[in-house]
Amino acid sequence: MQVTLKIFRFNPEKDKKPHYETYKVDAEPTDRVLDLLEYIKGYYDGSLSFRRSCAHGMCGSDAMRINGVNHLACKVLVKDIRSNHITVEPILGLRPIKDLIVDMEPFMENYRAVMPYFVNDEPAPKKERLQSIEARERFDDTTKCILCACCTTSCPSFWVNEEYVGPAAIVTAHRFIFDSRDRAVAERLKLMAGQFGVYRCHTIYNCTTSCPREIQVTKAIGEVKRAVATGKID
Amino acid sequence: MKNYHQFDVVVVGAGGAGLMAAMYASKNASTAVLSKLYPTRSHTGAAQGGVGAALGNVEEDHWEWHAYDTVKGSDYLGDQDAIEFMCQEAIQAVFELEHMGLPFSRTPEGRIAQRPFGGHTNNITGKPVPRACYAADRTGHMILQTLYQQCIKNHVNFYDEFQVIDLLVVNGTAAGVVALELATGELHIFHAKATIFATGGHGRVWEITSNAYAYTGDGVAITIRRGLPAEDLEFFQFHPTGIYRMGILITEGVRGEGGVLINGKGERFMEDYAPTVKDLASRDVVSRAMYLEMREGRGINGKRYLYLDMRPEVVNKYAASDGRKRPDGTPYVVTGEELLSKLPDIVDFSRTYLGVDPVSQPIPVQPTAHYAMGGIPTNFYGEVIIDEENNIMPGLYAAGECACVSVHGANRLGTNSLLDLVVFGKHTGLRAAEFSKGASFPVLPADPAEFTHQQLDAILTAKGDEKILDIANEMKGVMFHDVGVFRTQEGMQAALEKVRELQERLHHVQVSDHGKIFNTELINLWELDNLLEVAELTTASALARTESRGGHAREDYPKRNDAEWLKHTLAWKIDGEIKLRYKSVKITKYQPKERVY
Repeated sequence: MQVTLKIFRFNPEKDKKPHYETYKVDAEPTDRVLDLLEYIKGYYDGSLSFRRSCAHGMCGSDAMRINGVNHLACKVLVKDIRSNHITVEPILGLRPIKDLIVDMEPFMENYRAVMPYFVNDEPAPKKERLQSIEARERFDDTTKCILCACCTTSCPSFWVNEEYVGPAAIVTAHRFIFDSRDRAVAERLKLMAGQFGVYRCHTIYNCTTSCPREIQVTKAIGEVKRAVATGKID
Repeated sequence: MKNYHQFDVVVVGAGGAGLMAAMYASKNASTAVLSKLYPTRSHTGAAQGGVGAALGNVEEDHWEWHAYDTVKGSDYLGDQDAIEFMCQEAIQAVFELEHMGLPFSRTPEGRIAQRPFGGHTNNITGKPVPRACYAADRTGHMILQTLYQQCIKNHVNFYDEFQVIDLLVVNGTAAGVVALELATGELHIFHAKATIFATGGHGRVWEITSNAYAYTGDGVAITIRRGLPAEDLEFFQFHPTGIYRMGILITEGVRGEGGVLINGKGERFMEDYAPTVKDLASRDVVSRAMYLEMREGRGINGKRYLYLDMRPEVVNKYAASDGRKRPDGTPYVVTGEELLSKLPDIVDFSRTYLGVDPVSQPIPVQPTAHYAMGGIPTNFYGEVIIDEENNIMPGLYAAGECACVSVHGANRLGTNSLLDLVVFGKHTGLRAAEFSKGASFPVLPADPAEFTHQQLDAILTAKGDEKILDIANEMKGVMFHDVGVFRTQEGMQAALEKVRELQERLHHVQVSDHGKIFNTELINLWELDNLLEVAELTTASALARTESRGGHAREDYPKRNDAEWLKHTLAWKIDGEIKLRYKSVKITKYQPKERVY
């Protein structure tokens, strides 16, 4: 089948402002959008720039807007789109650098701001710290995050103010707050209660629908809000 | 000087090995990590099934059993001192990961959960033993995240999206690297006392591959260009279960949980090839069996794929006929829900890419290029070896998939790659930091970026109408067909000629992007040059080895030949000429014998 891709193009070394280019390519229904981008780069315009690596939804490099919705280009097949017209644009809320590549630094800064690491300074046992299956299950969902930024860059609250740590950072905080082995919960909750923390979330749910890992992001944020409000982890 | 940086230790690559090395080096030395990707994009994150360690949390196990299985899995080409070291260290390494917060799945007692994996056995009964410590089917993802998080905690310096192009060598000593900052196109000099390469593998050489786009053999190609040898490149692993046509990995953990391979006649054929452990034989054995089945016309509908079946009723049927038991002695019975909770990503991949729900339908699979057993030769401190006498280059280290210690020999066991990178990443980091304490900064050459400029200018000024994708696709096709699971003299000779033709044609690709900011076209061309370099050395090494061993299976020399070939290949490329020499294998207590599963 033939599909038409309309792609956001911006080369800061040449263009004053962004524009769109249109490409027609022959595609299999099972082709990934990423495969089509590779083909266009290979045969139509080598300067087309985008990030990608694993090509199966685990590395989180190729988050972009596909027909207006945040996706990983490697996890959307042509047959899933149900249209012969595919518009591809960079994710919103982060500065476009070139074509589909955006500046990820503000996103990573927000991640680093939420103590994204395990804390437990008690002397470690000789073997593993014990954790029940149920306690491990408590934060299972939020361990799946690959930091692709699909959630954060679909969030209107983040678009308004990129100092809001955003859903991905709260997912990370959740992963530690609800880990029975972690010992920095008080500090984490304080961070989440701060000016740019969890209360900037207005429960719009874009994050949940855009997560390629199917993490229940809004639910996780709700649990963190409750923990902040009650001071209790349950 | 602009864009000049000085660190005691510079680590190239931010996957598991690089991050582990950086974490340990940074405790005692100023340390920087350079990565062409954001660290969490590294390919360690795609590893699924588990990390091997004889914890014995589910069944009796011993590190000595793990060592023996690894030696046997390596088809006796692994260096046994390094294997013993790794398997002994494994236990502490896994506990250490847990102490860093890694969210392993748990047993009912709250201990780290373990599952069976290919080639890991109880050495008394010969039956599979649960040795793979796992976090659902995203163990690599959890290792990568945990190590990156701990590096943030320890204030490690990161240079993200910096593509290293060259290794600086002064009077036989490593002096740092030259890197291209992707966002600006500027070159940077990283002057270091110790340089660690942890650049990953090169599976993009082959058409059907589980490997990321980033897996382009950068470390091996860079060191080859600096006159250093590569070890055992002819040994490349084809994982039995890649998604048909796409190559995306379906973990061996599926078979660990009871899944079976089924041919076009509906038979579980692995019983005929490995009567004791069946579907949990070593990967080289299973991939060959699959090829033989398909060659005999027993692919699904006669095509080049087979089924991986993890439907609960099928799992339970074969578990019953195998007499498989739970640790408490009750028969092994699974439900769809249980499989879903243990293998959620596999279910997601099957649904997304195949439209197949593996709990109710079998998954179409074919062998997929997966892992480089060979690479930059090192000892088990990560020091890079430069000749067959085991002499080292001061200041240069390598760890992880780009390195060849060699613990994997001719075939790696599943779960041993994650283990390799945590154990040798750590010890390489420690060793490099220790070395840097007693060393001074080597004097840099007058123009450290000269060779880098030469390489990049050659790409930017080339003229012609060759296409990068055509060259890449032709390389992948010929390498998959002729330097794949089965090999012949004739096929490999033709492949070698093809690769050399492609190397010449690469000089006639004209780039359309002459900009500096994120010039990914320039990088892709440079990476393809690396892949061709590795493909050429792989094929030359494979042609010379007139035997079959592990992942190197020759139809014209179907037997292992210890009398002549129980030795490691070292391959150099000097002034365009490939030179092969050989290095002895370290044997401790496991004498080579016939390998039966």
